[in-house]
Amino acid sequence: MDALQVAIAGQVAEQHRHHGKAQFFWVWGALLLMTGIEVYLAYQNMEPVRMLSYLMGLSIIKAGLIIAYFMHMKFEVSRMKWMTMSSLVICLALMCIFLPDAFRILHLGVNK
Amino acid sequence: MSDAAVTQGLAGPYEPSLFGTYSKKVGMWLFLLSDSLTFGALLFAYTYGRISTPDWPTPFHSESIRNATLMTAFLLTSSLTMVLAVRASVEKRAKAQRGWLLATMACGIAFVILHGHEWTNLIAQGLTLPMFPAAPGHTSAEFSEVAKSVPQFPATFFGLTGMHMLHVTIGVIYLGVIALRRWFIPVLLGFWLLAWLGTPDYSPFHYGAHLLLLGAIVISIILWLKPKVYDNSDVEVAGLYWHFVDLVWMFIFPLVYLMSTRIV
Repeated sequence: MDALQVAIAGQVAEQHRHHGKAQFFWVWGALLLMTGIEVYLAYQNMEPVRMLSYLMGLSIIKAGLIIAYFMHMKFEVSRMKWMTMSSLVICLALMCIFLPDAFRILHLGVNK
Repeated sequence: MSDAAVTQGLAGPYEPSLFGTYSKKVGMWLFLLSDSLTFGALLFAYTYGRISTPDWPTPFHSESIRNATLMTAFLLTSSLTMVLAVRASVEKRAKAQRGWLLATMACGIAFVILHGHEWTNLIAQGLTLPMFPAAPGHTSAEFSEVAKSVPQFPATFFGLTGMHMLHVTIGVIYLGVIALRRWFIPVLLGFWLLAWLGTPDYSPFHYGAHLLLLGAIVISIILWLKPKVYDNSDVEVAGLYWHFVDLVWMFIFPLVYLMSTRIV
């Protein structure tokens, strides 16, 4: 790395020094707890779409915690947060455009 | 140009970075964004198949769910040890950093072994792909009909989880290089021999083990071309990759396993 990059890395390392260790243990505990809730929900015999909504809701919260705390995104500058997260969410949301087609196939009875 | 700015003091001690961080980290984030689209496409393909197929199989018994939950716990714990490794590297505690990195690798290896065990069980029960070598006696097994009547299930299951397992394996190798540098090469060759000789020739892992040999060759070339002591920025960037692998599993576990749980 050149001197500029070393200087920036040093500044980033200095910021990391101020993050409390306890918060990582709290996040880890919360992630394990939510995993336990997911396993419990899997055995509740719900209809698939409802179960999918609950499980995906919990997964998004878990992903948010990992990105924010473990990947330190919470401590990045807002330009970095917006560039990475908005592009990701837009691209993934665009993929959802295909999902109604799966329901259409089901109702047309192609697979029946 | 940037060196000149630092040494000559043209813009103070250094110019501010556009994203407030060093370029290596921005590069890793960009790679992770592109990789998340790969996994996004695979997860959407799985969800599409799940919704559009009325007789989607639910092959995962409580033993499989217990196994997958344990795998999840290992990955979550590995993320905690990884973040502690990053912290130790920032505080210049080299011994603690290496210890936490090795703990992270141990959790990753445990994940891969449990996943391999899960795959082996499913293949023995007849849930397989045409490209896999035939396991002895699997034609009369429980899921041999599932593999024929709903081929989307084994195709998407093995495709998605195999891609993730490959990422975890690459992650373990990456952390091994950061933690042990060239001393990791004989360790990796040991793992390769163990995986190759320790699995039967009808197991996909018997041939998949050669990826470890390929990994050993690649890291030998990298370390030969650019030998260096890895600093805290390298540990942080490796950590980003590792957390991403953990993050992807947070979607695979509920979608693939929990949505296909067999409730008796």
